[in-house]
Amino acid sequence: MKIKRAFRVWQRHLSVYTKLYKSSIALNFVEPILYLAALGLGLGAFVREINGVPYIKFIAPGIIASSSMFAAIYECTYGTYVRMTYQKTFDAILATPVNLDDLVAGELMWGATKSLLYGSIIIIVISLFGLVDSPLIVLAIPVLFISGLIFAEISVIFTAVVPGIDSFNYFYTLFMTPMFLFSGIFFPLDNLPPVVSKIAFFTPLYHLVNISRALSSGRPDICAWDALWIFVVVALLAPYPFRLMRKRIMK
Amino acid sequence: MVLVFSVSCYNCFMNIVSAEGLTKDYNSLRAVDNIDFEIVKGECFGFLGPNGAGKTTVMRIIYCFMAPSAGDVRVFGMNVVESPSRIKARIGVMPQEDNLDPDLSVIENLIIYARYFDIPKKVSSPIAWELLDFVEMREKANVKIGNLSGGMKRRLVLARSLINNPELLILDEPTTGLDPHSRRSVWEKLNYLKARDTTLILTTHYMEEAEVLCDRVAIMDSGRIITIDTPSRLVSLHGGNMEDVYLKLTGRSLKE
Repeated sequence: MKIKRAFRVWQRHLSVYTKLYKSSIALNFVEPILYLAALGLGLGAFVREINGVPYIKFIAPGIIASSSMFAAIYECTYGTYVRMTYQKTFDAILATPVNLDDLVAGELMWGATKSLLYGSIIIIVISLFGLVDSPLIVLAIPVLFISGLIFAEISVIFTAVVPGIDSFNYFYTLFMTPMFLFSGIFFPLDNLPPVVSKIAFFTPLYHLVNISRALSSGRPDICAWDALWIFVVVALLAPYPFRLMRKRIMK
Repeated sequence: MVLVFSVSCYNCFMNIVSAEGLTKDYNSLRAVDNIDFEIVKGECFGFLGPNGAGKTTVMRIIYCFMAPSAGDVRVFGMNVVESPSRIKARIGVMPQEDNLDPDLSVIENLIIYARYFDIPKKVSSPIAWELLDFVEMREKANVKIGNLSGGMKRRLVLARSLINNPELLILDEPTTGLDPHSRRSVWEKLNYLKARDTTLILTTHYMEEAEVLCDRVAIMDSGRIITIDTPSRLVSLHGGNMEDVYLKLTGRSLKE
């Protein structure tokens, strides 16, 4: 794999994205804001506070994490799949000096870039609403790229093995949505049966939510283990997207 | 002087592609079965044969899309497994299925494709316009891919395959599905490239196409090469026209 050639793939995606962003970027950040408004204001009127924090302020850092997760997952499941099968973009690129490993690396880097972008937009929005206590939240931006790589890796692994585009519903319903609901964004996991937080420990979103919340409240010390988890897992997963894509494409 | 002489001589006798014992298995199916061939600089070499004969697989191995299961395949003297990027930098590929980038316009398809070859926009932009002139599509530069006719898509794929000024052009069924007028137009471009000493490798189902373009053809069936020869020698050996030759040779192998 060569970084320069992977970058060429990343550049292609950026070129397409900058052409189409007007329609997609707006929609992609409207949804997290809707969650924030509906639950933060609606449910917040009843819940008031969690651990001494106003409810909307409690969920705001979690929305950074979920928005960035959705961006990478949609990009590297649906997006990657369409490029691979329907559009045959992969075939076209592989006839150039770009090899399959470069191409997969480009997909992962692009997925992580979208994670960073969509998480950062939420950071800006919630900061403007005064829902962030500490400027340390900017430290979340590089973390969004690394956790974005994890979401991209998992997505590309799944994309490499699915028989067809309908199979993504399994991924969304059985993996992404439960992770979204039970990662501590909307309520602490402490009061649930311990099995829930044990499962949550193995999901990247749970750790990203912890990091985001810790930085937003100015307490980076409490998320050191979560950061370590993310760096270890991104490396552990790294070989598989390449291996499985090679198996799929080269048959 | 000696050095210059030896280098130029090496080039003029060099095989652009050579395959020895090339075999490709897909799980239990043997798609290509122990074939040998050599393609020399400047010639147009055709692979003919029925569907499933292994033509496309051979092409994909030559342009480093997949690795052979066994055998030694060299392009420009380099092994396809060891040096795919260096080989691909010097070839152009016109695949069987159009795989233009539907998210981009006609001209963007050329310029962004050039970037994969590390050709910056400054350099690729004039080349891209030149190529659009070559395939008579200048006025379509800003059109979306979805709005092009089949013939125009084919011509654009041809233009895209030339963006890196390739020494070797690989054409997998370049005119399948085209009307006679568009087919002639593609032939005309390919003959022009041949005259400029570009080496061409093509697969086709049209015997007329093989006769018009190919200096030599390999007739394939069930993963094997039945014969390699010039179209004119095949016709004089077996009688009739190219189509008769093709039917006779591939038909016989089916009976065996």
